[in-house]
Amino acid sequence: MKSHVLSHLRNLEAESIFIFREVAAEMARPCLLFSGGKDSTVMLALARKAFAPARIPFPIMHVDTGLNFPEVIAYRDKWVKELGLQLIVASVPEAIERGIVHEEAGGSRNRIQTPVLLEAIEKHKFDALFGGARRDEEKARAKERVFSFRDEFGQWDPKNQRPELWSLYNGRVQPGQGIRVFPLSNWTELDIWSYIAEDKVEIAPMYLAEERDVIERDGMLYAVNEFTPLRDGEAAQRRKVRYRTIGDANLTAAVESDAEDIEAVLAEVAAARITERGATRGDDRVSESSMEDRKREGYF
Amino acid sequence: MAGDAPKRADSATVREAPTDAPPGKAPRTDAPASEAAPAKTQTLERRMAASDLLRLATAGSVDDGKSTLIGRLLFDSKTLFIDQLAAVERVSKERGHDYTDLALLTDGLRAEREQGITIDVAYRYFATPKRRFIIADTPGHIQYTRNMVTGASTADVAILLLDARRGITEQSRRHAFIASLLAVPHILLCVNKMDLVDWSEEAFESIREEFVEFASRLRVRDLSFIPISALKGDNVVSQSTNMPWYDGLPLLRHLERLYVASDRNLVDVRFPVQYVIRPQSNTVIDYRGYAGTVASGVLKPGDPVLVLPSGLETRIESIETADGPVDEAFPPMAVTITLADHLDISRGDMLVRPHNVPTVAQDIDAQICWMDESAPLTKGGKYAIKHTTRWARAVVRDIAYRIDINTLHRVEGVDSLALNEIGRVQLRVTQPLFVDTYSDNRSTGSFILVDERSNKTVGAGIIGRATVAA
Repeated sequence: MKSHVLSHLRNLEAESIFIFREVAAEMARPCLLFSGGKDSTVMLALARKAFAPARIPFPIMHVDTGLNFPEVIAYRDKWVKELGLQLIVASVPEAIERGIVHEEAGGSRNRIQTPVLLEAIEKHKFDALFGGARRDEEKARAKERVFSFRDEFGQWDPKNQRPELWSLYNGRVQPGQGIRVFPLSNWTELDIWSYIAEDKVEIAPMYLAEERDVIERDGMLYAVNEFTPLRDGEAAQRRKVRYRTIGDANLTAAVESDAEDIEAVLAEVAAARITERGATRGDDRVSESSMEDRKREGYF
Repeated sequence: MAGDAPKRADSATVREAPTDAPPGKAPRTDAPASEAAPAKTQTLERRMAASDLLRLATAGSVDDGKSTLIGRLLFDSKTLFIDQLAAVERVSKERGHDYTDLALLTDGLRAEREQGITIDVAYRYFATPKRRFIIADTPGHIQYTRNMVTGASTADVAILLLDARRGITEQSRRHAFIASLLAVPHILLCVNKMDLVDWSEEAFESIREEFVEFASRLRVRDLSFIPISALKGDNVVSQSTNMPWYDGLPLLRHLERLYVASDRNLVDVRFPVQYVIRPQSNTVIDYRGYAGTVASGVLKPGDPVLVLPSGLETRIESIETADGPVDEAFPPMAVTITLADHLDISRGDMLVRPHNVPTVAQDIDAQICWMDESAPLTKGGKYAIKHTTRWARAVVRDIAYRIDINTLHRVEGVDSLALNEIGRVQLRVTQPLFVDTYSDNRSTGSFILVDERSNKTVGAGIIGRATVAA
């Protein structure tokens, strides 16, 4: 007799597919936020599964900070072509030119991408946005709903969230309000990697180790390229590195690694003792509450 | 298993400073892997096959040591990352603690710290080679009843924590009641702070007896008791040497071995149609698939099905997933079903077996937990109602009684339910719902009420026997 028990990955997969279908059925204009990172890749792969053999019934949006690794853009476009998707690009450099946002000291465009995102949501009248955030990432996320209610300003108010019981999600909103939807809420970093390995999901090439010229700054390893050129007195080193997260090219650090395939990455992740953001994201180290603050402003 | 020998931690003090991680250095696969961390030698296939998902809900207050217990589970199962631990160590020092306060791991939002409150359910994740766990961590006080109801609604196991010195309190009785109301299949009572009662078997036994007596008034399927010290680690992950009289498993081992497969309803086929898939494409012609998640029962190609509300019968042609067809579907699989005949079926309809149908009802009798702080549920009040994938409108016809959730007494003659109050309510719904009793089926036996002006989720409904008898 069969056991009728799903493995934990297939259980998470089923939960995510349910969420995609619920949103597609109930919301007027959903859209999926795609960054090219592993989480949004898994999210896209799950969206495909939810509606097969039909196409994904909503567009995807990329908030382009202008600081993308070129490989990521090529990778994004490949997915768009393969799945026959409609791609919307919300451009931060263009918004800077139009004077909507201003470059911040330190070169991070993490904060200024929020107004650009909000403008795009308003322009396209999206009432539901899928994001690849996970609750295990950070403590402001640990309390996030699967359906996260945002007001007319895109703001997250932790005190004004809807109870989520069973799998009865409530996406009802007034015009102008919206829901951020997190289908990967219950996945951990290890689940994401395990799923990528088990389902052979194609991920951006930078997640795999290769020899790169790097420079060490504040204890982090940055690839030397147009976004992070060498400063006076710095000398690049040739090291074998991979990326644990993919963000802006000027702020995302690499880690030393020999993992040239997914299985090897998975083995490293399983033994990891430092959180992925703590290890590689200069922009998340700011303060203990930085994620909470950014979410309040309308960030994912 | 290797390393299963008792290795009791002496205290919650974390002695190893996290200095073994040079910056920018990738974690090495030869890093020390404990028995509780995914072992490097384990093949991928084994991990996939061997590990399932268990959802836990914890209830208890800070005073009961709940945060310490969760911190201990995360710490001892090696789920914690070095930078998380370093942050906790730093804050512990800043606050002048003598030891690393594992409770800080579950510290909440700044908004909560500033106001000294816990707003919400927080979700935590950890894994052992045997299982992946999701903890819905809920605050225990009565003003957070709605949070515990939320956390318990999806839980396989409720972990109730109490302080061995204080024994069973009103709060523990309330938690047990909520867990039983939400039909959590397994309830685990952890008697904490056993170190403060000299590891006394008598103290534990007397609490156990009193609780068993109380629980006999509730509908509890499986009840277990574990004497623990979350602070010192006794019986959390490893067997306590201080309580040789306890012959059961430590908490984590108990959770790993808990048999939950039979908790699912595999008898009554209920497939709420969630989304109709009709590709507009040149390669897939005339395809019409009914996508949804199996609420209960096992479906197979060839099975006869009855469609609600139309009452028409047909057969299952195929059960499909993006990875290909499957020969059966069971909860909680998300699949797409194609049928032998072209029928007019849309979201909110339900596929069932012809001789095993749910109750088709417009009059619903349910326990409702009220969750809205701005206005009470009132007789005559109108709300939107969501049941499986179906929305309708409902009016409150009567409130039979309110339950005093501390004493379990029924209070009759009430005409409203305020925030966190639970009562038995009769609803009239604008269109029929396809319901089962909640005790038979957590999916088709539950609903939410939504305020039609604010759009907030204001009530959680648990459908009772009376509906189904009607």
